[in-house]
Amino acid sequence: MAAQMQAGGAVSFAAPSRSSQAVRLIERPIVLRLLSIALFAAIWQIAGLIPVSFAFPTFSDTMIAFVTMMADGSLPTAYVSTLQPLILGVILSTFVGVGIGTLCGLWRPGEWLLIPVFIVLQAAPVAAFIPLVTFIYGIGMTAKTLAVIILALPVIVLNTYKAVRNVNESLLVMSRSFMGTRWQEVIKIVLPDASPVIFAGLRLGVAAGFVGVVLAELLITPTGIGDLITFARSRADYAGMYATIASVIALSTVTLVALQWIEVRVFRPEKRGD
Amino acid sequence: MRAAVVRNETVMTEPAVDAIVEVRGISKTYGSVEALREIDLDFPRGKLTSLLGPSGCGKTTLLKIIAGLIEADGGTVAVNGKKVSAPGPERAFVFQDFALLPWATVLRNVAFGLELRGTAKEERETTARRYIKDVGLAGFEDKYPHELSGGMRQRVGLARALCVDADVLLLDEPFSAVDEQNRRKFQEDLIRLRTNQNKTFIFVTHSIEEAVYISDRIVLLSPRPGRVSRIIEPQIDRSGDPDRIHRDRHYLDTVEEIWQGLKQYVE
Ligand SMILES: Nc1ncnc2c1ncn2[C@@H]1O[C@H](COP(=O)(O)OP(=O)(O)OP(=O)(O)O)[C@@H](O)[C@H]1O
Ligand SMILES: [Mg+2]
Repeated sequence: MAAQMQAGGAVSFAAPSRSSQAVRLIERPIVLRLLSIALFAAIWQIAGLIPVSFAFPTFSDTMIAFVTMMADGSLPTAYVSTLQPLILGVILSTFVGVGIGTLCGLWRPGEWLLIPVFIVLQAAPVAAFIPLVTFIYGIGMTAKTLAVIILALPVIVLNTYKAVRNVNESLLVMSRSFMGTRWQEVIKIVLPDASPVIFAGLRLGVAAGFVGVVLAELLITPTGIGDLITFARSRADYAGMYATIASVIALSTVTLVALQWIEVRVFRPEKRGD
Repeated sequence: MRAAVVRNETVMTEPAVDAIVEVRGISKTYGSVEALREIDLDFPRGKLTSLLGPSGCGKTTLLKIIAGLIEADGGTVAVNGKKVSAPGPERAFVFQDFALLPWATVLRNVAFGLELRGTAKEERETTARRYIKDVGLAGFEDKYPHELSGGMRQRVGLARALCVDADVLLLDEPFSAVDEQNRRKFQEDLIRLRTNQNKTFIFVTHSIEEAVYISDRIVLLSPRPGRVSRIIEPQIDRSGDPDRIHRDRHYLDTVEEIWQGLKQYVE
């Protein structure tokens, strides 16, 4: 009798808990993200089937082209050539950009000397300078790296500068009251306090770096990913072209997510949600 | 029968018993605003002295000059007999806006003063844990400031100041951003801490009740320019039940007396 009651009770409890589990699963960000990707893929597939344009492949054709290009080695080879200047350019832009930005934020003469240059650079259609780079540095690795830096550096410098200028004054006074040195102020207060805005700049800078390297490959040095896109288009291999473009977008997204992860892990642990 | 021993300026020149902080002829002008004029003050060792006065009379300015965070236009500040013009290890500041590092845990925030001095991590965290317990925050070591209430944040600020083992604690309206209930609790804790810690407190407030409730000595400042108008020593027995103090006749009389003195500045 008692056992029956218990069993009955268990059943009546199990039902709502299972549905609430399902609700919780839906609310998990990872599930939502996968859903959004699936939705995107579905719309792409439908648009490709209609088709929107003869040059617009379906999602499935693009994926097949991607696997094929990975298997025959054309995509990996292209990435080896593209990633070298990209990584080099992004790393240089990060360190030089954060360095210059911090200096300008802390030191007035630096601000007056350098910030106007970067404001102009950011306002100018910098992509138009890329062909000029060819005249000076040819079509090699240097030219590509420079293209990345030209696009990535200004936004990193300007964001860092802005963040450092707007550092929380009361934390600096606190540091001084406990006899912190100027150097400790910069390392322990200015940079962590500025890090969210600096990282916002880094994310924009890295995205711009991807633009820079692909532009350079499309415009000046037919190598790597840019060359692969041009080549696929010239053969009317639209699935291959889209597969290449999509892979660049995916890689860029993964890089930005990784940057966010570093920011939260290393600099702003209090922003780590559960 | 007077509620408090009241002294006026002329008596001030006579040297106080064992002053740990001596302020002599301090003046400060911001542009056209004369914030302080010729302030002479002694802060007795081991006592809690409040700086009380209406808004804008220069309380924060005076406290920050003592802390070495603002430079005075004239005059000197001496701590333990030595002239000072910059922050030093014998003074620690508690900030009105807490000034906690949002990205650091309670433990790191409390240990931050020691971190800046280069104390080894293990040692400074042991010290910090002790003071975290003293201010009633045990169990919150790994929380971040945004997870704490205003009252708890200021306890972190107080623990950080206690941690560096300074002789003089400078507190600038530490409870102004704390709600009334927490404020009462915090005032009681401060009275308790003061008896245990054997430190000198210099406390800025604009609350008459608060000043009378916690202080051994109250310095009344008059505004524009900021000058010492009176010094009052409330003789209140704080050993008993804290709620009793609020009903104590000496307490109430002193509050009333200060209010009568300050009324002229409030218009
Ligand atoms: N950095 C500054 N620049 C210009 N004027 C200032 C500055 N700091 C303070 N003052 C002025 O000096 C006077 C005294 O300021 P202070 O902050 O010391 O007053 P306070 O007694 O602490 O006031 P409150 O109770 O509002 O905190 C005020 O009139 C204020 O406007
Ligand atoms: Mg003030």
